[in-house]
Amino acid sequence: MATTAEPVELARGAMTPLPYRVVRKRRENHDNWTLELEPVGAALDPIGPGQFTMLYAFGVGEVPISSSGDPAEPRRLVHTIRAVGAVTKALCALRPGDVLGARGPFGNRWPLEVAERRDLVLVGGGVGLPPLRPVLYHALAHRGTVGELVLLYGGRTPADLLFTRELARWRGRLDLHVDVTVDAARSDWRGRVGVVTKLIPGARFEPDEAVAFVVGPEVMMRFTARALLDRGVTPERIWVSMERTMRCGVGLCGHCQLGPTLICRDGPVYRWDEIEPLLEVHEL
Amino acid sequence: MRTLDSLIVESPVFSNLDQEQLELIAGCASNTVFRAGERLFREGDPADTFFLVRHGLVALDAYVPNRGQLTLDALGPGEIVGWSWLVPPYRWQFTGRAVELVRAIQFDGACLRGKCDDDTKLGYMLLTRFSALLVDRLQATRLQLMDVYGDDR
Repeated sequence: MATTAEPVELARGAMTPLPYRVVRKRRENHDNWTLELEPVGAALDPIGPGQFTMLYAFGVGEVPISSSGDPAEPRRLVHTIRAVGAVTKALCALRPGDVLGARGPFGNRWPLEVAERRDLVLVGGGVGLPPLRPVLYHALAHRGTVGELVLLYGGRTPADLLFTRELARWRGRLDLHVDVTVDAARSDWRGRVGVVTKLIPGARFEPDEAVAFVVGPEVMMRFTARALLDRGVTPERIWVSMERTMRCGVGLCGHCQLGPTLICRDGPVYRWDEIEPLLEVHEL
Repeated sequence: MRTLDSLIVESPVFSNLDQEQLELIAGCASNTVFRAGERLFREGDPADTFFLVRHGLVALDAYVPNRGQLTLDALGPGEIVGWSWLVPPYRWQFTGRAVELVRAIQFDGACLRGKCDDDTKLGYMLLTRFSALLVDRLQATRLQLMDVYGDDR
């Protein structure tokens, strides 16, 4: 877990939000919206897959939100937000034309280079799918660079699933294996029911050749990593995206400290064998 | 055409068995097909069978008054449906429904129980395999109970 630069150096200018305008808003389900943002003036540096932005609802507060957009369109910020607290509710209430503040991009990127010439397995749980979507866009745009491409997605109920239209489109592709499951459903649901880990034994990839990127609640990532290890994927080829309360985004405030690491600065993407020992310490 | 023993050996529950054991088990098995919506078994009925899904999806449903039919689990290709045949009182706890066209191998549980009584080595081996299956399902259910995608995570 190497640190990048001196915190003070990182903080210079990084604490000032730039104004971005909402150019498009899409309702994903009952409590998630995707906002597409364009700079009013100066733009942030291009955001990479796995990185996040601090979005500021003026007068309410700031929250870290991962990019869910296509890395091939770096000028436009795309963020999928769950309206769950005061700030996220304020952000989700914005309309096209409204302006918010954005700082970033912060954090590290998914190590796309380690997936080259290997099978790439993406496992998302709940609102863990948006941070994986840029990876999927990238992999589909450079389809020849990876072997099998697998997306496994678990949600709470069918009504909680995100990107349902895209999921339907992706399922129709012959070069992408998509499997979706929900924890609970009524009998009119025609898909899988059960936890996302159940999809791993039957998924189409070679464990010896696979790299897995996993995002979701921490407990889901823990069980998913175990299921991947049981299948034969080695721990150094499993990567997860961690979430803690992030405030400054540049490693100054310490809110997102997890033992010796600051997630906003050193993460949020970690190799499983590096982060797993810290998850076992209950007090962290 | 593939024989039943060559099909069932692909399930982890029946993997690495010797040929004699496989043939004993295959002697209690037959191919079956269910149309979408058709019930494989119904809650409360005697459980004298279980299934190895070859194609399609089988939902395990429970009827909850005022909430209707809820799906608690769905099992796909390569997965075993049913363990109520193994333990008394041998009654289905849930209803099995074909979500789509299902092709499966159906096992006669009563026949298999009889063979296990006669051949305790086979009985021990099958009980061990099904115990592992039960543990997997229990762990998955515990994870489901955590409701990890809920608001309070």
